[in-house]
Amino acid sequence: MTGSAYLDAASSEPLHPAARDTLMAALEHGYADPRRLHGPARNARLMLDNAREVVATCLGVRPDEVTFTPSGTHAVHLGVLGLLAGRARVSPVLAHSAVEHSSVVHAAQWHAARGGEVVELPVDREGRSSTELPDGPLGLVALQAANHEVGTIQPVEQVAEAAGETPLFMDACAAAGRVALPDGWAAAAVSAHKWGGPAGVGALVVRKGARWRQPFPGDDRIDERTTGFENVPGALAAAAALQAMTAERDDLAARQHALVDEIRTRVAVTVPDVEVVGSADHRLPHLVTFSCLYVDGEALVAELDRRGFGVASGSACTASTLEPSHVLAAMGVLTHGNVRVSLTRDVDRTQVDAFLDVLPEVVAAIRAEAGL
Amino acid sequence: MTSSVDDWALELDCRGMRCPAPIIELARHHTEVEVGELVAVIATDVAARVDVPAWCRMRQQEYVGESVADDGTPVYVVRRVS
Repeated sequence: MTGSAYLDAASSEPLHPAARDTLMAALEHGYADPRRLHGPARNARLMLDNAREVVATCLGVRPDEVTFTPSGTHAVHLGVLGLLAGRARVSPVLAHSAVEHSSVVHAAQWHAARGGEVVELPVDREGRSSTELPDGPLGLVALQAANHEVGTIQPVEQVAEAAGETPLFMDACAAAGRVALPDGWAAAAVSAHKWGGPAGVGALVVRKGARWRQPFPGDDRIDERTTGFENVPGALAAAAALQAMTAERDDLAARQHALVDEIRTRVAVTVPDVEVVGSADHRLPHLVTFSCLYVDGEALVAELDRRGFGVASGSACTASTLEPSHVLAAMGVLTHGNVRVSLTRDVDRTQVDAFLDVLPEVVAAIRAEAGL
Repeated sequence: MTSSVDDWALELDCRGMRCPAPIIELARHHTEVEVGELVAVIATDVAARVDVPAWCRMRQQEYVGESVADDGTPVYVVRRVS
């Protein structure tokens, strides 16, 4: 008997049951413009304030530090470029780790195209960023809480300490809801669909005292940090999901950590010529990445899908750019035959076992086809 | 004295091949040189820049470095150690 499983939670976690009812109710009652002065508007305003408060509590910040955005990516762009704008008089230099999410890399390119300077911090074989910063004044340091492709937790607090006066932007999209977040950052970005909230909701968190300036054209709405009509039902459902994930986080993390340990150990034993990458211990609980020598990543993903397992891959042949993952490249690990497995909250041992049972023969079959 | 990076005993023309084909070529043919000799992988695929050194590490061979072919294509040079 074979099982099947969606093993791509790091791309998107299915809607948390706690968010579903909230979303339905909020869609019905949260339609009005929260900045108007009538009853339905007050309902929407209350829902939005409530969502902000819940998210703030879960992230350990103040409600007025939280701004909902249309995506995690947009929150990253606002966070990186807004902090740089606030530091424009001090330094135009942005330092970011070599394994940041593409949204940070693209924000850096935007900054460079407008006269800014960008420096990359190298990472070790496990994908952990160097804590040594370049000499001279810096405008901003950007470092993720944890890596989205290999799960390695980054030394945010050490880098923040090394940065001193220079603010640190933390992309927490992969980590929020999964692990407790570190301190020391001036602004952070999170993404709701990664923790079981709906897509189309991110949040930018700017700490009190951080110098942030709107880097894009704005509008006349209430929150100066974002633009456009607020997605009130989405924000409230995102908050409900985060609250539920935070409440169950320690139990879930322990269970998922053990399942991922099992995957790391068994893959290394049952699949020849495989490289399990990222930190074995200091990592996100639900995510593991490995690369199989001589295997075409696209063929691997397709065959696993045919057998009922949905996984992601950082191999070049699976990317729209046809370039290998810049994360794997910066770590100096094999980029082809790459598979990222990430567990949703309800994936159980039976499903993990079923995946581990089919993987060796799938890899062997692809290698045999290549004549190996 | 060790030989220079450009002094290879075997050349694998992997131009136009996509990952993992250049690495498969390397695995198939690297034993055609003597231990201590060099194999050159000429590859247009950008993944080879990361994957050739990674293969060397996984297969306990030595990655010597990168050179360039007459037409400008990158060449990744490997020494057979065993």
